[in-house]
Amino acid sequence: MKAAVLSFPGSNCDTDMTWAIGEVAGQDVQLVSAQATSLAGFDCVVVPGGFSYGDYLRSGAIAKFAPIMSALKDFAAAGGFVLGVCNGFQILTEAGLLPGTLQWNTSLQFICQPTPLIVANARTAFSTAYSEGQQITLPIAHGEGNYYADDATLADLEKNGQVVFRYAENPNGSRNDIAGLTNARGNVLGMMPHPERAVETLLGGTDGLGVFDSLINAMKGAPADVATRTFA
Amino acid sequence: MFKAKIFVNYKPSVLDPKAEVIQNTLARLGDDNVQHVLVGKYFELLLSGDEAAVRAQVDRICDTMLANINTESYRFTLEPVSDGAVTE
Amino acid sequence: MLQQELSPDQIATEKPYLGLGLNEDEYDRLTELLGRRPNFTEVGLASGMWSEHCAYKYSKPVLKTFWTKNDRVLMGPGEGAGVIDIGEGKAVVFKAESHNHPSAVEPYQGAATGVGGIIRDIFSIGAKPIALLDSLAFGDPKDSHVRQLIDQIVAGIGDYGNAIGIPTVGGETRFADSYARNPLVNAMCVGVMDTDAIQRGKAAGVGNALVYVGAKTGRDGINGASFASAEFSDEEAANRSAVQVGDPFMEKLLMDACLEVTREHQDALVGMQDMGAAGLVSSSVEMAGKANSGMTLDLDLIPQREPEMTPFEIMLSESQERMMLCVKAGHEDEIVALFKRYDLDAVVCGRVDEGHQYRLLHRGELVCDVPVAVLTDEAPVYHQKGVQPARLQQPAPDFEPGALSLLSTLRQLLADPNVADKKAIYRRYDAQVQTNTVLGPGADAAVVRVRGTHRALAMTTDSNGRYLYLDPEIGGAISVAEAARNLVATGAEPLGITDCLNYGDPTKPESFYSLAESAKGITAACKAMNTPVISGNVSLYNETNGEAIYPTPMIGMVGLIEDLSTITTPAFKQVRELIYVIGETGPDFNGSLLQQVTTGAVAGALAPFDLTQDAATQRRLLAAIRQHLVTAAHDVSDGGLLVALSDMAIAGGLGAKVDLPLPASWLFSETQGRFIVTVAPENQVAFESAMGDDAHLTGVVQPAVLTVATNDQTLTVPVHELATINEEALPCLLK
Repeated sequence: MKAAVLSFPGSNCDTDMTWAIGEVAGQDVQLVSAQATSLAGFDCVVVPGGFSYGDYLRSGAIAKFAPIMSALKDFAAAGGFVLGVCNGFQILTEAGLLPGTLQWNTSLQFICQPTPLIVANARTAFSTAYSEGQQITLPIAHGEGNYYADDATLADLEKNGQVVFRYAENPNGSRNDIAGLTNARGNVLGMMPHPERAVETLLGGTDGLGVFDSLINAMKGAPADVATRTFA
Repeated sequence: MFKAKIFVNYKPSVLDPKAEVIQNTLARLGDDNVQHVLVGKYFELLLSGDEAAVRAQVDRICDTMLANINTESYRFTLEPVSDGAVTE
Repeated sequence: MLQQELSPDQIATEKPYLGLGLNEDEYDRLTELLGRRPNFTEVGLASGMWSEHCAYKYSKPVLKTFWTKNDRVLMGPGEGAGVIDIGEGKAVVFKAESHNHPSAVEPYQGAATGVGGIIRDIFSIGAKPIALLDSLAFGDPKDSHVRQLIDQIVAGIGDYGNAIGIPTVGGETRFADSYARNPLVNAMCVGVMDTDAIQRGKAAGVGNALVYVGAKTGRDGINGASFASAEFSDEEAANRSAVQVGDPFMEKLLMDACLEVTREHQDALVGMQDMGAAGLVSSSVEMAGKANSGMTLDLDLIPQREPEMTPFEIMLSESQERMMLCVKAGHEDEIVALFKRYDLDAVVCGRVDEGHQYRLLHRGELVCDVPVAVLTDEAPVYHQKGVQPARLQQPAPDFEPGALSLLSTLRQLLADPNVADKKAIYRRYDAQVQTNTVLGPGADAAVVRVRGTHRALAMTTDSNGRYLYLDPEIGGAISVAEAARNLVATGAEPLGITDCLNYGDPTKPESFYSLAESAKGITAACKAMNTPVISGNVSLYNETNGEAIYPTPMIGMVGLIEDLSTITTPAFKQVRELIYVIGETGPDFNGSLLQQVTTGAVAGALAPFDLTQDAATQRRLLAAIRQHLVTAAHDVSDGGLLVALSDMAIAGGLGAKVDLPLPASWLFSETQGRFIVTVAPENQVAFESAMGDDAHLTGVVQPAVLTVATNDQTLTVPVHELATINEEALPCLLK
């Protein structure tokens, strides 16, 4: 697998992500500047966490205008796999690649803690390494992770099986306990918890490896389209 | 030259955690007749051009950047101002 | 600013300098050094550079007594931060800085900019910041003003560190009434670098360029250095000047750009320094001073956020996120272009001159022309005399706890905010970004892996004003020794310390006595623990309406773990493992948390303790940990043995059955030099022979319940009950 990790001014989990994919999962990975305009040659694209452009207007609101974003939209439209984590998730919703939006946590406080999650759908390209209903623990670290979508959108998400991870103990007020979800096609995943922070026993756990293992499996001998079809 | 005064806030159907906290705190402090709190953002832009063009432009800026139209609505006013206002 | 119009002669008669923090003697000294009357700009520069914050005029004689060098120290105090060799070609860089006054006035921005400032100190050396710690002290959280301060200070620290992407891995939060109006906000930053890339803040080489980079200069925080060197009173509340606003996004760009310069443009860079206290003047003139150079700056070239700024305002502004670089002539364009790539302002604003004059041009006029040394080396130094405070001359009789119930006292202590679980505070900090955090907040010390090596760094902050209030010398030694014990408990060898010296008005002999005596204790303990002082700062005038805070030196200590597999935590691991108390327990209740909680105050004399023996015990325990003989370790501090046992039980979700042949009340004694550890049964012999007489076998780990026998009382309590008390106390108090 050859992965691109996007780096916006203010991204701060970009090198953590390249470490997890490169050093730990042993894949080909490259940082790609938000100023770049092409994603040719990559099998998947990761939008990492951080505070892109300071996140002063709304999280992800400025990042969606970065030069790389039209290439990212084309990449996703062509069925390429896109993973957005934390600020990456916020950017993907702002850019319209995922439904809904992320509001302030109901406590109005930033929360950093290990958080139990339930795998709600283990048939997506991002979750086959887990089993359905499995409880895993991943760290969260965000102030604006409270997922909101209107009732009709939520009903669609549930009907299509787009919810991939749910909080076992909702820390932020997210509707339907949503911690991570895909687009309807299943090739774009956004999640607030940080899988790249849970890939080494030394640092407290390896429950996050499944996300990367799933992607690697989805990529093996299967063009993106085939992999996404297995989801439906 | 026009000054656009832009207000952005959550749509009524969207739960706003900040507004909730403010309303609950006010109630706790005795201001329990506060029926509703709306928290929003306020922007001012100075733009040159004719009014119709500026109006369309501000609409576009709000739609694409200043508001997230999934959850937020916006309204704005345009006031004609003299060119000297820029340096104020 | 009207005063700008005053001529040198008018300044002599109207004395506007008094409002800037210069007294008449200092003004006379300045006049004498210059051989003429200074103009307004020059008076302003001296007021900033001669403040305690920049010149350490009261504390310098004390700071000179610190032990600052051993064979591992690569750079000691005097630069942005100190540097210690950690092997494998790497060095650790660390420093702590106080932001007490700004945080009292504007808690959110005061705390945020404190974090921003200390981060700049670390990357100015060329080190990548890898961790932040915060030592905080507040009044009683039952007070709503204190709660507001806590909320805003914690938010400010979190928002800055979280956004810039440096994990906040540890620190401490203490509570005592003496900090009610004067909170302590001491931020520490730790960085790692290659030993061959150390930068210094110097401007050398005639013709080389001074390059200003980062945020524009505005009128924020003007003369903050003098402001920080004055005490508060209610009447002055209205005068408190604007605190600067932090921008972590800008700082991240600045950090990444400066690190790129040190990494890839070594040949172009002569020196680099943060613009901290006293802004542009301190960074530039100190760079000239360290290289014995002269310098001319053209203020019209300084990027300015506001129109019509005077030279005084430009030079003394403490706008955040700015750095000064000295760049070799001919390399200016390459460096400026690098910063432009990060969307940062970068301008050549001056040159290194022959001679030793510090000159400033503004709108074509020479507005300052003074010898560099006048602003640096020639700053006044005051040799104060200390007088022992009355409370220390005749200490109150020893505190005798009398009859107490083990269980209700334990409950009371576990719920005290000093002992309570601090998750409500630290979960607001991103502790894991950079993915190297092995042990985050909540342990004795934080442990952060050093990428590219097999090593890790342990780090902690320690302060205990209660002890220093009773005896500054012994209390100072305790702060260092306890920090060392925190590190040893994780399996680290202590390397060195940074400090923030938080005290009252140094012109009051009692306050100065506390400062000078505690320095003696700190020095003795630093030598015993082999931990030199490599950096630090001083925060004096921590007084509100004439009342000083507890004398509170904050010790930030860093230690080295050479093998990742030896990292040890306080949590009980396995039932049937053996529990040992290391060190002796006596009736040491003066200054204890028990005394504070049960009587509402601390009093009595502090018992001396044997630093040499403490250090020897620590060395033996560290050796045992390195041989994998210890499965859990925790130092015994606030609240004594029973609180420490409860911590280990709560952390591990396991109980313990122990027999302590002591009077029940002694379980809350705070005798120095103690640990509790667990050992697997098969390692009993090896462990006991490694520790000798220091180790006392007192019990075993058991499931779920803490069972304690003493000479006169027993205790049986489910661990989950203790956990609930400990975890719910602070959230409840902060509500």
